[in-house]
Amino acid sequence: MDKIKEVLKLLESEKNTIQDLKSLEEMKVRYMGKKGLISELQAGIKEASDKKAYGMELNTLRNSFLEFYEEKKQAFENSLLEEKLKSEAIDITLPGRKIKKGSLHPMTLITEQFEDLFVSMGYQVYEGPEIESDENCFQKLNIPKGHPARDAQDTFYLKDEVENYLLRSQTSTAQVRAMEENKEKGPLRIVCPGKVYRRDEDATHSHQFRQIEGLVIDENVSMADLKGTLELFCKKVLGEKTKVRFRPSFFPFTEPSVEVDVSCFKCNGKGCNLCKQTGWIEVLGAGMVHPHVLEMCGYDSKKYQGFAFGTGLDRFAMFKYNIPDIRTIYGNDIRFIKEFDRRDV
Amino acid sequence: MKLSRKFVEDYIDLDKDLSITQIAEDMTSIGNEYDFAGKFVDCTNLVVGEVLKCISHPDSDHLHVCEVDVGSEVLSIVCGAPNVREGLKVAVALDGAHLPGGEIKKGKIRGVESNGMLCSIAELGLESKFLSEEDKAGICELPLETPVGEDALKVLGFDDEVIDFELTSNRGDLQSILGMAYELGALYHKKVKKMELSYQENEKNIKDSFKVDVQTPNCSLFLAKRVENVEIHESPDFIKKRLMASGIRPINNVVDISNYVMLETGQPMHFYDADRLGDTLVVRMAKKDEKLTTLDNVERTLDEEDIVIANQKEAVGLAGVMGGLSTEVEFDTKNILIEAAIFDNVKIRKTSKKILRSEASMRFEKGLDPNRTYMAIERSCHLLEKYANASIYSGMVEYHPVNTEEKKISLEYSKIERVLGISIPREEVHQILNDLGFEVHANDTFLEVLVPSRRLDISIAEDLIEEIGRMHGIDKIPGKLPTLDARVGTYSKVYRDIKHKLADLGLNETCSYSLIPSNEVHQFTKDEFESILLESPMTSERDTLRYSLLYSLKEIYLYNKAHNQSDISIFEMGKGFYKENHEYKENMKVAAFISGNYYVDIPSKKADFYTMKGIVEELLDYLGFAGRYSFVKDDAIPNEFHPGQSASIVVQGKNIGIMGRIHPNRIKENAYAFEINLDELLSFHPSKMVYQDIAKYPSIEKDFAVIVDKSVESNELVKCIKKNGTKLLREVSIFDIYEGDKIAENKKSIAFNLSFLDQNRTLTEDEVMAIFNQIIDKVVGTFKAELRDK
Repeated sequence: MDKIKEVLKLLESEKNTIQDLKSLEEMKVRYMGKKGLISELQAGIKEASDKKAYGMELNTLRNSFLEFYEEKKQAFENSLLEEKLKSEAIDITLPGRKIKKGSLHPMTLITEQFEDLFVSMGYQVYEGPEIESDENCFQKLNIPKGHPARDAQDTFYLKDEVENYLLRSQTSTAQVRAMEENKEKGPLRIVCPGKVYRRDEDATHSHQFRQIEGLVIDENVSMADLKGTLELFCKKVLGEKTKVRFRPSFFPFTEPSVEVDVSCFKCNGKGCNLCKQTGWIEVLGAGMVHPHVLEMCGYDSKKYQGFAFGTGLDRFAMFKYNIPDIRTIYGNDIRFIKEFDRRDV
Repeated sequence: MKLSRKFVEDYIDLDKDLSITQIAEDMTSIGNEYDFAGKFVDCTNLVVGEVLKCISHPDSDHLHVCEVDVGSEVLSIVCGAPNVREGLKVAVALDGAHLPGGEIKKGKIRGVESNGMLCSIAELGLESKFLSEEDKAGICELPLETPVGEDALKVLGFDDEVIDFELTSNRGDLQSILGMAYELGALYHKKVKKMELSYQENEKNIKDSFKVDVQTPNCSLFLAKRVENVEIHESPDFIKKRLMASGIRPINNVVDISNYVMLETGQPMHFYDADRLGDTLVVRMAKKDEKLTTLDNVERTLDEEDIVIANQKEAVGLAGVMGGLSTEVEFDTKNILIEAAIFDNVKIRKTSKKILRSEASMRFEKGLDPNRTYMAIERSCHLLEKYANASIYSGMVEYHPVNTEEKKISLEYSKIERVLGISIPREEVHQILNDLGFEVHANDTFLEVLVPSRRLDISIAEDLIEEIGRMHGIDKIPGKLPTLDARVGTYSKVYRDIKHKLADLGLNETCSYSLIPSNEVHQFTKDEFESILLESPMTSERDTLRYSLLYSLKEIYLYNKAHNQSDISIFEMGKGFYKENHEYKENMKVAAFISGNYYVDIPSKKADFYTMKGIVEELLDYLGFAGRYSFVKDDAIPNEFHPGQSASIVVQGKNIGIMGRIHPNRIKENAYAFEINLDELLSFHPSKMVYQDIAKYPSIEKDFAVIVDKSVESNELVKCIKKNGTKLLREVSIFDIYEGDKIAENKKSIAFNLSFLDQNRTLTEDEVMAIFNQIIDKVVGTFKAELRDK
């Protein structure tokens, strides 16, 4: 029994001398090893007078050691890990590793935005061919041969096909197709984005550009519905604060016709270079579908009426992304394209 | 169309308080846009002064120092004009005056104080075509009786205001002062004043000495009148100033009257020197290569599409466009033949587009009102009598085969609301139509409307509804969303998904032109097709529709490389065009082009064949074609590709595209491309996306490597392995390729990983080894391979 007390005393005195994991493990061997102090005491139980009391004392000693050992070991390991983590510190200000990223062209971004808005209102996106007949591009839109409205759209005719086949100069041609393909001649709700071509080239005109055209045919759609639709469209695309103005105008395929101005998004209507000091920018042409157009495409103009609208997608992209020259859009400088490698807002 | 305020005020009283900008804005709100609205001469602080004293500048040999009385004070002004002298009445720009050339400020000129500027006409900013030599050479000399201190612009008659309208092509009627007066009258509820048309006729009758022979259906009305003994001189000031404000250069009283009447009525006129013309006018189509020298002294070559006016000898005028030089009115002209006619607008449009756009052709092209043709003849006679002392023959030579009928349109009241979406009170509808000069007969349900002959643009009920809508105010219609049946909107999602996938794979989308040079259209393809050319291209660089997108992508690559951008990975989706059996065809295609760094984390590793192939595989797998495509060497690979590093992309036995390295003779650097015909690819249905049970039992993996000839394609080995692998072999993959020192030069080592699996039980090592050994035996036997590792 005294021996146990001695060892316990020894243990207490040694506790403070342990400074690292190595000496702790050595200590464990000294006490708990096969020939260690505690193992030896274990053997002494045979000679003990009160075996039960001896056993209990010895257990207390063993537990005391193990408790000390576990606690100390944990502490040493913790501090070792801490040191290791400290040594692993890195420069978090260095740039992150880039993953190869691509981008969509601004024309795609703007087209998708327009499509999504109209699709959410139940429109069907309809894309016709880019090579068209003169009939679909002009005649069925109430622009007969020799009509002055053809002047504004200097058209590319195909070789040996003058006044016959052409590269479409307006997406309105898709309307004609959609109306003709609609065999029931019933309601129609479409938007037609796509490439169009005209013989024109400068800072604001490209011989190839994109338009989007909308058409709604039903029994009772009116000018008021057209206004509401385009007001919503302008606000969604250009911002809720946008003011929208409608002016009477003329297009051969609509009657009545309107042009739509929006408050200048650069100066908020105060007047600047972009809006030529007027505070307004013309963005859309629209109107009620001309009854001749309905009839030529097989609709009963007494029963059905409709509205149509169209605008240049390039113009919107130029406004929205502040691109001054349309040739930049088609220049395909990789530095320009890469600027659009993010989510659009 | 330039509208002079003074001119239109001859026919309508406009509120004096109404600013020119307000008028322009009001006109815009009813559909008549404008480009400019403001003063005809944009100057301020200009007064009449008298030169009291004029002495030489002490320090200059051409400057003078003047004392000028401007009414309120006497100013010292230095002047450099050669014609400055004492006693002159002049236009003085005072300190602070704005002239087109800038602001006038007090200052010293060579040491002498100058408190303003004596102005020449040229300094007022008139278009140079209006300036005489006199106007440019010196200061303007005002009549001596002009009171000092008056507004000089008013004295000069330049105090007019103008609006430059951009008219829509249907409103030909607005290309006249009268038409504008009617439109303004409707806008401001004012009556239009009557035009003065009276004149005396003499005892001679034109029909006795002159006849007209119209030989073409392209002339629907031809009127001629003759006047004699005209006195030719300068026009009265008001005529000159109104012409100038309207953009036309004054010439002499007779020529000016023809232009003045055209401006007033919208009917172009032509005055011939009757003595040089002869006694007959013929209206006919020109002969092929017929020559005519027009008034501007340019010889024009005509063809059968042009209408000409001719005498018995030759063409004397290009109908609707410009008169001929040979019968021009000159200073010694005495007798005049007045012509007013209507020619086919489409023919005039074609001729003027080809030859010359003139004030006349602009009006003919949009169509004319026959009533105005008669009115113009009478107005010309009235003015020639009044301002050229002309004596007018009685009678008129008339060719007028068809009488134009009055246009009557009926319009149901309910239709107005149905189209516009608002209800407009009947009284307002009547008021609007009356204001516009329409005659209205109404009953309970509909209106019967008589259209004035000048409104050629009005022919159906919808036209009237537009008139009602625009005068009521389109802006006053409250917008609403249409109430339509709920419906699901749709779009071509697959095209969008392909674009997004390629962008996700690190490619940048481009947007290039469909038109390319004709000599490039058969490049990057071996397909045989007829290309589509344009009739009159803008340049030879863009005269043909592309078939493949790869030419465009190659050009984009070269452009960017020239701008020091060498890491390019781009794609584009667009159409390829061709002609087949006289039909025009379009195919949707997608193509990509990469060169330089693709792997961001391994800058030393450049894009190669397998990079591009990986992109194509990713795309095809994504679209649901996994396991259904292969890359093969065949005859379809274009010459523009490296013959040893290119492949056709085949889906279920059909060629749908090509890929590979661009031939080094095209692009020196390593550049890779693919192009897929999406119409062909998407003619196959993508596989359904269905869940495959995840294996419950472990798989057994086996690896082996063989050394084979370099020419052996890995695909052949894989096929052989699969064929002998039984249904327990689930996957074969290649995990290493080795060529180099450790094996013979013409050999390569390929290492395979084989994965065996049964969904229903755990496989035993023995059964797998049996199959594995059999595979190895077959591979070694078939390809004369050497087993390297097992």
